[in-house]
Amino acid sequence: MTTEAQTTKAIADFRAQVRWQWYEPLFWLGAIAWYFLFPTYLPLGTQILCAALFALSLDLILGYGGIVSLGHTTFFGIGAYTAGLLAKHGWGEPITCLLAGGALAAIAGWICSFVIVRVQGVALLLVTLGINLVLYEAANKAYTITGGADGLQGIEFWKLFGVFDYDIYGRVSFVYTLAVVFVLFLVARRIVHSPFGLALKGMRENWKRMPALGAALRRHGALIFVLSAAIAGLSGALLAESVQFVALDSLGVQRSVDVLTMLIVGGTGVLYGSFVGATVYMVVRDQLADLNPAYWYFWIGLILVVIVLFTRNGLVGALSDATDWLKRRRGGGTAS
Amino acid sequence: MSDFLTTWAALTFNGISFGMILFLISSGLTVTLGVMRLVNLSHCGFAMIGGYIAMAAVDYLGFGLLASVPVAIVGTMIIAAVVERTLFQWTYGITQLGQILMTFGLTLVMVALCNIIFGPLLHALPVPNWLTGNFDVANVIVSVYRVFLVIVSGLIALGIWYVVERTDFGARLRASVDNPRMARCAGINVRQIFSFTFTVGCGLAAVGGVLGTQMLPIEPYYALDYLILTLIVVATGGLGSLKGSFTAALLIGVLDTYGRYILPAGGGFVMYAIVLVILLIRPQGLFARA
Repeated sequence: MTTEAQTTKAIADFRAQVRWQWYEPLFWLGAIAWYFLFPTYLPLGTQILCAALFALSLDLILGYGGIVSLGHTTFFGIGAYTAGLLAKHGWGEPITCLLAGGALAAIAGWICSFVIVRVQGVALLLVTLGINLVLYEAANKAYTITGGADGLQGIEFWKLFGVFDYDIYGRVSFVYTLAVVFVLFLVARRIVHSPFGLALKGMRENWKRMPALGAALRRHGALIFVLSAAIAGLSGALLAESVQFVALDSLGVQRSVDVLTMLIVGGTGVLYGSFVGATVYMVVRDQLADLNPAYWYFWIGLILVVIVLFTRNGLVGALSDATDWLKRRRGGGTAS
Repeated sequence: MSDFLTTWAALTFNGISFGMILFLISSGLTVTLGVMRLVNLSHCGFAMIGGYIAMAAVDYLGFGLLASVPVAIVGTMIIAAVVERTLFQWTYGITQLGQILMTFGLTLVMVALCNIIFGPLLHALPVPNWLTGNFDVANVIVSVYRVFLVIVSGLIALGIWYVVERTDFGARLRASVDNPRMARCAGINVRQIFSFTFTVGCGLAAVGGVLGTQMLPIEPYYALDYLILTLIVVATGGLGSLKGSFTAALLIGVLDTYGRYILPAGGGFVMYAIVLVILLIRPQGLFARA
């Protein structure tokens, strides 16, 4: 094969990856179907969507950039508090509050990125967790601004577009959240399938070799970190708008753990993993709501251990392994 | 001596004794990280397990604090050896992210089990009578127990230093940390050395967990709450460097104590800020090999 043909083939492969797969529209139709199938579970659906978006933001840095963060809720919390504080002090327009939450989280992410791109391994875990702990303490102590451990109460968002009021069944907030999440999913999909996304995957696979190819690792790392922080902030703001309340635990380590578990259960580096993981995690937790928290920790821990030891990449990974296996059986070993 | 000086002298001493406990807990972790590049987030859990075993020995068997230490060491080492042989064996080949998640999951399981078995309350083990009270050295008030802690941990640190620097086993351990591949070529059974050090490291963590209950009370979330402290010690000291861990532990113990005295509302903020600066200047830690 000549070099030219190789290049053509590489581009064709790349295009094939980018093309929408058959299951993707199905997935989103399923999300719409939720609205009609489970009208009494719309608030749960909204929470799942927010959690999935948050997990998606973590997937961008973890699954694509290879940056492990134990404190990603820093940005989720910043987004939530920004939207909440704006609404509390007289500006409750949902769209602008949402964008402000995302913007502030992005700025915070930009500041943090200077440290993040310079450390790896344990130091990285430490820095992400440390930043989160400091912020949590600050929010806890700044009682007059954030309401401390009681959370930010008495916030009220205006009607969406001045027309749709947040109703008690959560219809408006479900549709609104689904729309925002879908748009941001398209953005994330575009990012990971761009040449920049390819560079990120290269970074994840081998961060020593990528500079040799001329990739600016730190700049890529900083950019994806800021993007991820922005999306995390948006998800926090979305949740604040749908529940009209910001709890202190939106900055808590527990939420970082939750989102990491969701992502791992679903599968990293495949975008849909965060949605699968968030749905499974939230539905199971909803069903086991009256379980002692100690038992809940036990199950999360066990799930993490089992998923890491026995699957290649979470539920999505296990699913694709299973379909590959079926194909191979049927195709008599033609599939690679 | 002026009040100012005596206060700071007492603070420094308390910081050092706190740092010594931190060193005991994190010394095993730095070796695990150095030899196997295994990010073991459950290490602090072994200190917690040690603490709970000692607590059980004190409460149910009527042991004293000191008598419960060997029980805790042996118990923790047995659990550690079993976990190493079963769960950890599987993780050496997988990615660092996989190891982080697996060990983190294990930590959550430990937290849950301790919570279920021993309940959510905070426990500090009773200090024997002859270790209570205070010394008054030139108006600097220091508690007898902390002096005892510094002496015991100092002796243990000395023992670690002797084994690592002066014995045949230590030479093989250092070779495995420096260059595991080359050590294997030279006929050293790196895997075995690792299993052994892992187990002993967990035993040391148990000592720290039992003796340190006055400062770090035993509770189910111990494994998570103090995880960050041990990670800080290891990362600031430099992976695989015991000398680094020792220095970093003392530094962090003292800085944290000062920080909480100067800015009580800030919690551990002063220490975190300083550690962040250190990591920015030396991302590989203070004593990392190039």
